[in-house]
Amino acid sequence: MKHARIAWAGAVHEAVESNGELLLTRSPWAGKRLKFEEVVWLPPLVPVPQARTVLALGLNYADHAKELAFKAPEEPLVFVKGEASLIGHKALTRRPHGVTYMHYECELAVVIGRTAKQVKKENAYDYVGGYTVANDYAIRDYLENWYRPNFRVKNRDTCTPIGPWLVDAKDIHEVYGSPMNLNLQTTVNGKVTQSGHTRDMIFDVPTLIEYFSAFMTLQPGDLILTGTPDGVVNCDAGDVIVTSIEGVGDLINTLGE
Amino acid sequence: MQNNPPTYWPQGTVYGALLNFKKEWNLRAPQMNDAPHKGAPKAPVLFIKTANTFTASGHKIAIPANVPEVDVGANLAWVFGPDARVVSCVLVNDVSIPHESYYRPPVKFKCVDGFLGVGAMAKPIAEVQTDAMVLSVKVNGQTVQSVNYAETVRASHMLLADISEFMTFQAGDVLLLGSDCLPDGKRPRAKAGDVVEISAPGFESLVNHFVGATA
Repeated sequence: MKHARIAWAGAVHEAVESNGELLLTRSPWAGKRLKFEEVVWLPPLVPVPQARTVLALGLNYADHAKELAFKAPEEPLVFVKGEASLIGHKALTRRPHGVTYMHYECELAVVIGRTAKQVKKENAYDYVGGYTVANDYAIRDYLENWYRPNFRVKNRDTCTPIGPWLVDAKDIHEVYGSPMNLNLQTTVNGKVTQSGHTRDMIFDVPTLIEYFSAFMTLQPGDLILTGTPDGVVNCDAGDVIVTSIEGVGDLINTLGE
Repeated sequence: MQNNPPTYWPQGTVYGALLNFKKEWNLRAPQMNDAPHKGAPKAPVLFIKTANTFTASGHKIAIPANVPEVDVGANLAWVFGPDARVVSCVLVNDVSIPHESYYRPPVKFKCVDGFLGVGAMAKPIAEVQTDAMVLSVKVNGQTVQSVNYAETVRASHMLLADISEFMTFQAGDVLLLGSDCLPDGKRPRAKAGDVVEISAPGFESLVNHFVGATA
């Protein structure tokens, strides 16, 4: 099942995808059907009682590491993002005036489904609640070699679109075998600029869950953004960027100034 | 009759600022132009303490099995309310596995389960002169460090302004204003069995017992 979180008619609602429409699932609108165009899409994540942990990988595809002139890391290169940087599908991301190199990063996002502490690789998929698409924008003008990638590059307001759907993990596992078997693609104004495949991750999803949960307990709703493949290009205000992952969704974002 | 205020607990994302004391900055300045940094930091250097690190005062903090000692990072922290306004101040202990290099994000050093001691008292900001605060750090009753917020690289409001240029603090978010080092550039250390107390005038002390990892 594909889950969404939307704003409509003055309130926030939970919904699921049903025959190309949104089906509201909660009282008082349970059963109500809405067109995709009728709603505002929020990140497809239910609120959590404590700060959501948002982990993101750098250089987790060998071709992207090469593109950025880095050798592949020997252990996951991870940074943390604040939840406030997340925005939903079809949203506007702010491109600061005067920057020269702002690029998207199409990433498979893993949403943790149950408390994960010292999980072994073999069991890692049992701890995944679902998958979604994240676009982890970076503005390279602001890169500094201190706790790199630094927050001014990676923790900016509006710069992490996520969605449209939270897809149940079992749906992906049943249809594709695992999340390591999905095509990724990004288009800018309709032109394909990035294409890759999740099998090319340096550290796959089970490895990442084992690595993190060895020292940090993950809670339901926590996120792991698993990195991006080769093919990032500068985008300008007005550009429409669609980051897509097979079976998970097409996340649309527009840059604004 | 006086009502005790509720025990403070972080409600939002906890951010911290690195290199915000002149002593550590000056010690590292001669190497800042070398690889891999190739220049002094321009924007504030930040990190996040994830929710799995939060440990209440009076509770134990476990040191991982393969780690002999951890850094004690005594911090004054600002707590944000609506409209990104600072509403209160708390004492925290930003515990870290000691790491020399500040090149890559410190997740495996700073986001270990239990690695943020959180003071029980959030003091209204109107009662705190942030840039005049002095924290005292004691290990097993011995004073090992005095942290004076008059000696920061960015005074608190400047730090907030420079961060706000690119991100907005949400209600409940927290900002650690920096931890100082000792004259040798290291931080006070704690090992299993130690009791660490961070105190400041007008605040309830933050006390945590450090223990070895349980199997």
